[in-house]
Amino acid sequence: MTLQVGTDAIKVKGYLASYRFLVLRRISQIAALALFIVSPVAGYWLLKGNLTSSELLQAIPLSDPFVFLQTLASGHAPISTLLIGVAIVTGFYWLVGGRVFCSWVCPVNPVTDLAGWCARKLGIRRRFSVSRKLRYWMLALTLILPAITGVVVWELVNPVSLLHRGLIFGMGMGWMLVVAVFLFDLFVLPRGWCGHVCPMGACYRLIGTGSPLKVKASKRDDCYDCMDCYAVCPEPHVIKPALKGKAKGNGPVIQSPDCTNCGRCIDICSVNVFEFGSRFANQMEKQP
Amino acid sequence: MSQGNPKQLGKEGRARRQFFADTARGLCGVGAVGVGLGLIATNASSHAPEMLRPPGALPEDDFLAACLRCGLCVRDCPFDTLKLAQITDPVANGTPYFIAREVPCEMCDDIPCVAACPSGALDQALDNIDDARMGLAVLIDQETCLNFLGLRCDVCYDVCPVQEEAITLERERNVRTGHHARFLPTVHSDHCTGCGKCEQGCVLEEAAIKVVPRSLAKGEIGQHYRLGWEEKAANQGESLIPEQLKMPIRRPEGES
Repeated sequence: MTLQVGTDAIKVKGYLASYRFLVLRRISQIAALALFIVSPVAGYWLLKGNLTSSELLQAIPLSDPFVFLQTLASGHAPISTLLIGVAIVTGFYWLVGGRVFCSWVCPVNPVTDLAGWCARKLGIRRRFSVSRKLRYWMLALTLILPAITGVVVWELVNPVSLLHRGLIFGMGMGWMLVVAVFLFDLFVLPRGWCGHVCPMGACYRLIGTGSPLKVKASKRDDCYDCMDCYAVCPEPHVIKPALKGKAKGNGPVIQSPDCTNCGRCIDICSVNVFEFGSRFANQMEKQP
Repeated sequence: MSQGNPKQLGKEGRARRQFFADTARGLCGVGAVGVGLGLIATNASSHAPEMLRPPGALPEDDFLAACLRCGLCVRDCPFDTLKLAQITDPVANGTPYFIAREVPCEMCDDIPCVAACPSGALDQALDNIDDARMGLAVLIDQETCLNFLGLRCDVCYDVCPVQEEAITLERERNVRTGHHARFLPTVHSDHCTGCGKCEQGCVLEEAAIKVVPRSLAKGEIGQHYRLGWEEKAANQGESLIPEQLKMPIRRPEGES
């Protein structure tokens, strides 16, 4: 029998503390949907619209920078509402980490997490591999195609905006695309959609470059190589430079903007190596 | 060949080979996706004519470049007229539309859908709903229109919000009976907003008057045409050319 990921953490910290950020993320993801749906019932609009563009408290415009770039590429001259909305959203995600969108807000994240969970439980091996740089090619494609066709092409099929919009305004047959993403992750490529393909995630990663909120391997000296953090991390390559980079003179902060700040590594570590911190607190530990 | 055998490559060589393989695979995938998306995009700009855009919508090509698909216009429509297209609908996925026969546009004075639009896909310059051009009503089937049959239905005329301007009843002798009049509903494109009240109101099983996109409904006279009666009116009733123009006489040869 294989050892379950997280056994140590649950034994030492208890169940709740081992899933703290996962639970918080699910709450955040549900809220990011529910606030758009519940408002009409309550009679007051906390959030109106959907993730591509919305109105907060019936006054503050919010707009998705990726969709904005697509309309810009297709030749539309934006009005000031859109520019303000994009500035607010871009500023927010730069502050908390660009891919916080991916792990805390995006409705596709639970779908691909479920696919990963199923693959683990069912022992499905996927041997296909492609470069994680693929998403930048996708990002380029989704910005070049509108320039050629004059149509915001990606938004015709984008599973992220389709799922969020569908759950609020009516899905129709749109769920088939979401199932396709699920099956792709389950059978073709582990972490396939979010980690390799999604151009929206790639865009938010670029926004998060240099963002101040980071995960820090503060107590990396305590690491006893259980590998649980690598197993749960959606972008495992980001961990090593910080966790094992002491000899190379790397600071303890996970620098890569691929990191989604999901906090799974913080929870799963039984000796609490990781914590959220500022990217500027990246000094080497004092030598004993 | 030493280079052809992966076992003889160093660790770096294998990594490089893997990198090229992964990149090539990725690029092919992206290329295929690009071709597919391109095909979808070319189809996106032609949509079913009964799906009308909200007031102030930019021309369809510009609209598809500008619309964010956020649904704020749908949310602010007080009559639940607007819907967001789903992926199987014959109109670009996620964009707002309405079907006049089901729920027409009520032409709110404050045009809340336009005010809600964050991107400018619905033109903020539209400040008078009478200037909206969502489509154009066309009395598409004269064979079933009750007024054309000689009855006084008049419903399309009665429900029109721009009455006596967008739709008028033109009186004409009823040749069939010989001693009645027919009142023919006649749409004037200068005033019709395309709200669809007439199409919704039409009492037939299938409406005889329908709102269709203006590009489909309108003809266009060639630039070189001159309407003599209009030019005459502009020229103090005088013709633009002298009345007694001498034209050459052309007859078959041999005749005089």
